[in-house]
Amino acid sequence: MSSSEHTVTHVHRDDVASRMGMWLFLFTELLLFGGMFILYSVYRYNNPDAFHLAAKELNTIIGTFNTAILLTSSLTMALSITAIQRNNKSLSIFFQLITVVLALGFMVNKYFEWGAKFSHGIYPGSDELLSKPAGEILFFGLYYVMTGLHGLHVLIGIGLILLMTYYTVKDVITHDNYMKLESAGLYWHLVDIIWIFLFPLFYLIT
Amino acid sequence: MSDISHNHHKTHGYGVYFLVWFALMTLTGITVAVAGINFGGLTIATALIIASVKTYLVLTIFMHLRSETVVFKVFIAVAMFFLIISFILLFTDYSFIVRN
Amino acid sequence: MNNQNHKEVSYLEYQGKHKGLLGWLLSTDHKRIGILYLISLMIFLTVGISFGLLIRLELLSPGKTIIDPQTYNAIFTLHGVIMIFLFVIPGLPAVFGNFFLPILIGAKDVAFPKWNLTSWYLYVIGGLLAITAILLPGGPADTGWTFYIPYSVRTSTNVTLALFAAFILGFSSILTGLNFITTVHRLRAPGMTWFKMPLSIWSFYSTAWIQILATPIIGITLLLVAFERFFKVGLFDPALGGDPILYQHLFWIYSHPAVYIMILPAMGVVSEIIPVFARRTIFGYNFIAMSSVAIALFGSLVWAHHMFTAGMSSTSQLIFSLLTMIVAIPSAIKVFNWVATLYKGSIDLQVPLLYVLAFIFQFTIGGLTGVMQGVLSIDIHVHDTSFIVAHFHYVMFGGTGFGFFAALHYWFPKMFGRMYNKKLAERTFWGVFVGFNVLYFPMFIMGWLGMPRRYYDYLPEYQIYHMISTFGSWILVPSIFLMFGYLIYYALKGAKVTEKNVWGGETLEWQIDTPPIHENFIEIPTVSDKPYEYKSNELVTQFSEAK
Repeated sequence: MSSSEHTVTHVHRDDVASRMGMWLFLFTELLLFGGMFILYSVYRYNNPDAFHLAAKELNTIIGTFNTAILLTSSLTMALSITAIQRNNKSLSIFFQLITVVLALGFMVNKYFEWGAKFSHGIYPGSDELLSKPAGEILFFGLYYVMTGLHGLHVLIGIGLILLMTYYTVKDVITHDNYMKLESAGLYWHLVDIIWIFLFPLFYLIT
Repeated sequence: MSDISHNHHKTHGYGVYFLVWFALMTLTGITVAVAGINFGGLTIATALIIASVKTYLVLTIFMHLRSETVVFKVFIAVAMFFLIISFILLFTDYSFIVRN
Repeated sequence: MNNQNHKEVSYLEYQGKHKGLLGWLLSTDHKRIGILYLISLMIFLTVGISFGLLIRLELLSPGKTIIDPQTYNAIFTLHGVIMIFLFVIPGLPAVFGNFFLPILIGAKDVAFPKWNLTSWYLYVIGGLLAITAILLPGGPADTGWTFYIPYSVRTSTNVTLALFAAFILGFSSILTGLNFITTVHRLRAPGMTWFKMPLSIWSFYSTAWIQILATPIIGITLLLVAFERFFKVGLFDPALGGDPILYQHLFWIYSHPAVYIMILPAMGVVSEIIPVFARRTIFGYNFIAMSSVAIALFGSLVWAHHMFTAGMSSTSQLIFSLLTMIVAIPSAIKVFNWVATLYKGSIDLQVPLLYVLAFIFQFTIGGLTGVMQGVLSIDIHVHDTSFIVAHFHYVMFGGTGFGFFAALHYWFPKMFGRMYNKKLAERTFWGVFVGFNVLYFPMFIMGWLGMPRRYYDYLPEYQIYHMISTFGSWILVPSIFLMFGYLIYYALKGAKVTEKNVWGGETLEWQIDTPPIHENFIEIPTVSDKPYEYKSNELVTQFSEAK
């Protein structure tokens, strides 16, 4: 154990416990989105044709592009942890910043995608949308709520990773104490996993 | 358990991550490509299977689940069980009823 | 780290970084957080009880007695929301789980003390939001605690704020659960294997899993209702193509397991108290432990029995009816094991045991009437009648509430280092017990005869039952307030207790100082025996560290 002199109370460092706590937290995130996937599955089951029609309005190219961005950001996140483990601080910071840039890119795409929908008058509560059949209202309702909540998680992730970068610069995160970075990484990969499911369910309905 | 445990955590080299990333991108390509083909009921199944494979890769490699103890794997099984059983039980209602 | 050269002070007198009130409000000590929770829970419980009393007063006679219908709707909603989200769900885990879970497994604190404190703050914020929702213009929510669609989207009362309050309280509950699971996995004392854990740990552990897995579902569901109100998303509102039944499904996917979040910890406390006052090794340790896990598991699979009359498919009704019957089995296993432990025990009828016996009596009534409702044909008859109200009050109040009171009287001397007046406590118990049964039993009868729940007005033939019920509340409520009063008084002014093992208990909390020192143990004990080892009604094991 680290034998720092100034231990005030018990400094009981247990990385396994931290990871366990983080995983348990991720389950709550999983179930949070799980609730919405339940909604999605029921409504798609009840309105297969309307979902098919409505999905045509989504831009598959932007969707695919965003998937690639998010997968790559997951890669750089994982790389930043290996870098810090190998005591390569600057490389780790570099990878973390790349992750943030990619995440921002994802959000910019999302902004334009939503913006385009809004300009066509398709947003929750709009007259344009309300004039469509029920199944399509449901599709877009789910689309906005699910990608919106996912986007919120991306934004939180950006903040979290920037905080980790700060910690890395300040040597709070070091090659033998990188649990914070690893937790942020776990969170980021979960955000990625959610998108892995959102993508085919919204953009690739044929 | 011993207090030394906090450094035992093995991770992967850069190469493995790039390999996984390549696999993920390829799978994304496949899922987009086959989306155009109509397999009927199998279309959604294909998409979900590919997504599950991708998730498995992210979980085991990116999230280091492979080097975690069995407790973590049981945890994930419990969480997945809860989610999946909720779907199944819910569809005991929706598969057998027409509501308007 | 180990300053053994001076005597360790109790957690109550311990001076950390902060002094005085801040030393409590910023303390990450699980024991202080437990006390903070206890105080705040008691405050909300008092509010909840007062609303309950108002409902009973209004129902004393048909037509208007003291309040108008809209106020009545708001009051039963508030009674439900406050009791469920602010008292019964956090209840035992937040107070006694926080205080005793680390001690019972031989740990110095929970795994994430800061998150533990955060959970209390979230609880307080959630509670204050709920109170704000009452006071703001627009008026308190009048939907019932279930927030059923479509009325919850249409009503102009402050539903959104109430939903948001419940959402935040969910977060608080998740943090507690997350802490408990990690603590049990990582911080058990050496030698304490899974099957040497006290039984309450098994129930807290099972509860924690439900808190983690089910709470997010209600979180997102309530959030969606709020979105629905703001943005007209149309996910549940039938006018926009949504399915209100799906809301009910999602609501109960959480809220039924939540019933087990409420009752499981109380069952744990009962399993803790019975062997101590029967001076007997618990009967069927493994069965009680495993039944907690089984209840958590099956409890998650029965949610739709709240919706038998909502228009589900008959296949689904059949499956959920069957699963509902199954969940009664592990509960019955517990009851049989408790009774078997008492059998031929050398019973010491102290106040905690009185509450426990009342628990078993009332929980059995509540549980068996629950099985009745699991039968489809009976459920159609009693659905939405006061039979249901009686049933869940027998489980939640007669069960969890009495379990809470039992835990309070059992651990009181350990928590505060003072003792209450046993004679007074015993008399108060009889008031609570009699009051409770007089209040709720008539509801079974009038419910069976057709008295609907939540109704403001009723036919004159039901009045006799309503009157008995309201008389019951006049016994129950003063008794509970008397209990609160003497507990507060004796916590501050009661006779000092310094004896470690007040009741002759076998678990670790009775091997440490009274009240416990800041980090519970000077040295982490090594555990070698199962808990509750009594031979010929005498305590046989003392732990090695207990010096």
